[in-house]
Amino acid sequence: MEKIPILRMGKFLLVTIQVDLYDRLALNLEADLVQMVKRTNARGVLIDISAVSIVDSFMGRIIGNIASMSKILDAQTVVVGMQPAVAITLIELGLPLKGVFTALDVERGMNLLKDKLGPDEEEMEPEDQDDAGSTE
Amino acid sequence: MLVVLNKDSMEIIREFDVVPFRNRVKEYCVKIGMGLVNQTKIITAASELARNMLKYAHGGTVKIEVVSKGRENGIRLTFEDKGPGISDIRQAMQDGFSTGKSLGLGLPGTKRLVSEFDIKSIIGEGTTVTIIKWKNG
Repeated sequence: MEKIPILRMGKFLLVTIQVDLYDRLALNLEADLVQMVKRTNARGVLIDISAVSIVDSFMGRIIGNIASMSKILDAQTVVVGMQPAVAITLIELGLPLKGVFTALDVERGMNLLKDKLGPDEEEMEPEDQDDAGSTE
Repeated sequence: MLVVLNKDSMEIIREFDVVPFRNRVKEYCVKIGMGLVNQTKIITAASELARNMLKYAHGGTVKIEVVSKGRENGIRLTFEDKGPGISDIRQAMQDGFSTGKSLGLGLPGTKRLVSEFDIKSIIGEGTTVTIIKWKNG
């Protein structure tokens, strides 16, 4: 069964959708992603849809769901790289994706997520768990 | 006068059938030189209607036609199912109305995305939705 890979990058999860979405695949992504947020204590989710040429009401709803579900697990969601034609279509369809942060590309999306975390949290890298004993 | 230039048809029975169907519609859009925004609109509309067919009627058949009227070329899609039918079409065409669990954007949203939209339904026999998107419409 097809699966959309979820990559971990520090405190964030990165998803690049490279295939044509159909309903089951989108639903699986939603479930996987929300579980992954919990499992990795991720603070942010970045979804790159630059290769997605169609977002209909169902997929739009899934994107909105991922954002709301992550939010109650204390993680922010940013959708990046939406094609202009997709944006036009979504608005005419009546789906303004309220409550979902967007950015033009992955870099800006990452910066947005970092800004949302605030400066104090950026210092605390999760890596310090194994150098706890090795301090001189 | 509407002239049909090319005829094709596809069955949509499983969820995954929507993917090759969308690709087929895209091929025809490209063939007549439709712009990217209009392509995206009709493919999105097609995706909505195909989902409706799967959800409410366990699938059906779609006719894909290249049509021409005067100087304008376009794509006509006819979705035919043998489902339960829609009892109140006017209600079904309202934003936010759904008997399922969806947002109820499907039909009214689809109508906004295309140039022409027609829906006919007979209770107990099925529903036929026809949409046309003109190349420059």
